Amino acid sequence: MALLELKDVQTFYGNIQALKGISISVEEGEIVTLIGANGAGKTTTLMSICGITPIRSGQIVLKGQEISKLSPNRIVKMGVSQVPEGRRIFPQLSVSENLDMGAFLRTDKEGIKRDMEEVFAIFPRLAERRSQLGGTLSGGEQQMLAVSRALMANPHLLLLDEPSLGLAPLVVQNIFEVIEKINKERKTTILLVEQNANMALKIANKGYVMQNGAIKIADTAAHLLENEEVRKAYLGL
Amino acid sequence: MKPRSILEDIGKSLTIAVWFMVLLFPLMVMKVNVTRGVAQVQFRWNLLPFVGIAAFVLSYLWKIALEWRERRGNDKSGGVFGKIKTLGGAYFAKPAVRTSSLVALLAFAIAYPFLFGMYHTNVMITAFIYVILALGLNIVVGLGGLLNLGYAAFFGVGAYTYGLMWKYVGPSFVASGIDPGWLFWISLPMAGIIATLFGILLSLPVLRLRGDYLAIITLAFGEIFRMVMQNSGNFTGGATGISLIPRPWFFGQKLPPTKAAIYIYFIAIVLVILTIFVVRRIEDSRVGRALEAMREDEVACEAMGINLVKNKLITFALGAFWAGIAGVVMAAQTTYINPDSFTLWESIIILMAVVIGGTGSIPGVIGGAILLKLLPEYFRALAQYRMLIYGIAMVLVIIFKPDGLIPRKRKQYTFEGKEGAK
Repeated sequence: MALLELKDVQTFYGNIQALKGISISVEEGEIVTLIGANGAGKTTTLMSICGITPIRSGQIVLKGQEISKLSPNRIVKMGVSQVPEGRRIFPQLSVSENLDMGAFLRTDKEGIKRDMEEVFAIFPRLAERRSQLGGTLSGGEQQMLAVSRALMANPHLLLLDEPSLGLAPLVVQNIFEVIEKINKERKTTILLVEQNANMALKIANKGYVMQNGAIKIADTAAHLLENEEVRKAYLGL
Repeated sequence: MKPRSILEDIGKSLTIAVWFMVLLFPLMVMKVNVTRGVAQVQFRWNLLPFVGIAAFVLSYLWKIALEWRERRGNDKSGGVFGKIKTLGGAYFAKPAVRTSSLVALLAFAIAYPFLFGMYHTNVMITAFIYVILALGLNIVVGLGGLLNLGYAAFFGVGAYTYGLMWKYVGPSFVASGIDPGWLFWISLPMAGIIATLFGILLSLPVLRLRGDYLAIITLAFGEIFRMVMQNSGNFTGGATGISLIPRPWFFGQKLPPTKAAIYIYFIAIVLVILTIFVVRRIEDSRVGRALEAMREDEVACEAMGINLVKNKLITFALGAFWAGIAGVVMAAQTTYINPDSFTLWESIIILMAVVIGGTGSIPGVIGGAILLKLLPEYFRALAQYRMLIYGIAMVLVIIFKPDGLIPRKRKQYTFEGKEGAK
C-alpha cells in the first residue's frame, strides 16, 4: 500500500481551478518528484496534501486514512511535514527557536533535543548560528533552516517545495545531497517539487510531470530523464 | 550618498521658510475683524518674520536630525550614546546591580503614596491601570501581531462587570448586611473571565483577517460596545453611567478617600507585578513563541502544525483578560463609570503607549504607558496642545526609533539549558 495516495484531487482558488484531477502515489521510502513549469499546480498540490488549501473533490489517503478533511495541524501530527516554497522561516525568531517551532506538536523533550543535535550535525552552519535571528541568515542557510525545521517534526513524509529556489549552484548541490542523505539514513519518504528537473530526477525514484493543473507524464525518474519530451521541455537539452 | 555642503542645506531651509511664509500668510498674518457686520482685514505683518525664522530653524534641525540618524545607522559603535548604553547595559546586566535597582524601584513605588499626596497617588493609579492595559495589548499586538483598535471595549467590559454587579447584586448585599466592597474582589476574577469570553467572541469573526481588515473590525467592535452601553439605558444606566461604585473591601473598614486611594494604589501595584510576571512567562513559553511565529508567517505556522485558530483565540483572550482586570480597578478608583471612558481614543492611546514604548518589549511598554499618562497630567497647562504633541512624538519615534524607546531585547534561547555554544 502506498504511503500517500492522491486520487483525482481538484483544488480551486475561488473560481479558478488550480488542480484538475491529480492522481499521485508515493511509496514508503521513496523520493518522488513533481516537476513542471510555473503555475502548473505543483505548490498547490503540496498545500492540498497539507490541508492548507482544502481540496474540493477527490481523495487524499495517508497510511490508509483519508486526510483531505483534516485540519493542517492534524495532518502534521500524522507525520507530514512541509518545507514551504520560498523558505518562509520565522525571521524574528532565532535559529533554535525556529527549530523548536518545527517540533511544535511533539512533547518528547529528549527526542526534540536529540533531533536538534542531529540537524546541527547535518548542517554545522546552523549550529554555529543557533542563537542568530533567522532573518539574518543567508539564502542558503535559510533553506537549510527550513529543511531542518521540517525535519524537527520527525516526519514520515517530507514535502519539499523548490528547495533550490534562488540559491547558488554549489548550495543547491549541498541541499540535494542532504535530501538524499535524509532519505537514506532516516528512511524519510520525500515528495520533492522542483523547477530544477535535472537535479530532482537524478535523486528521485519516480517523477510526475505536471502541466496546467494536471499530471502529464508519470514514470520512473530514469525513464523521464531519457524521455524526449521531458528533455526538451524541462531539461533544456 | 554625497556629502552635502552647509550652504546647500541653508538654501533648502530658506526655500522651505519662504514656502511656509506664503502658506501660513492667510492664517498667521491676516485677521478678519467683524465690527457691526462690516468685515475688516487686519494685517499683522510683524508675525511674518517669526513664521519664517521658525520654519527655517525647524527645517534645519530636521535635516541635522536625519543626517544624525543616517550616521548612526552606518556607525556600528553607535557614537557616544551607544558607548554609554553599552557600558550602562553591561553594568545593569550584573545580577547584583539589577536586583538592587529593582528593589530600590519597588521601595520607591511603595513609599510613593506616603511621600506624595492623594492627587499624585491617584495619578499613579491611573498610570498603573494603563500599564496593565498596555501589557495586555502588547500580547495581541507585540506577540501575536494582530492589530486591535477596539481594546478599550474589553477595558469597558471589566469596568461594567463591576458596575453592573454593584447595580444589581449590590442592593441585596447591602440588605443582608454584607459589605458591598466584597463585590470588588468577586468582580476582579469575574471581569477577567467575562472579558476573556468577549475576546474569544471577537476573535471568531476575525480569524481569517489580518492587517487593515482586522483593524477595522476591531475598531467597529469597540464602537459597538460603547454604543450598546450608551443606548441600553435601563440596563446599564445609559450615558449617565453607574455611580457610587463601592471601593474594595478592606477588612470591613470604611476608608476615607485618602486611605482608599493608597489601598487601591497597592492593589494596582500588585496587579502590575502579577501582569509583568505572567506576560514574561507567556513570552518565554512555547505558546508565546508560537504566537510570535504566527506574527511572522501564517502559512509556515500551518505547515508546522501550529493551530492558527487556537492561537488567535489565545491571543485575543489573553489580551482581553488583562483589560478586564484593569477595568475593575478603574471602576473602583473613580467610583463612577460611563461609556465615554471607553472610546476609540482610549484604544488609540493604549496602542500608542505600546508603539512608542517599544512593541513587544515589556519595559518599553511599561515606560510608554507611564509616560503617556503622566506627562499630560503634569503638563496640564499644555492640555490643548496634547494631540499635537502626541502626533509629533509619534512621528519622531517612528522615524528615529522605529523599535520604540526601549526596544525589545531578544532573550537567548537555550534548549534545556544544557547545550553549550559550539
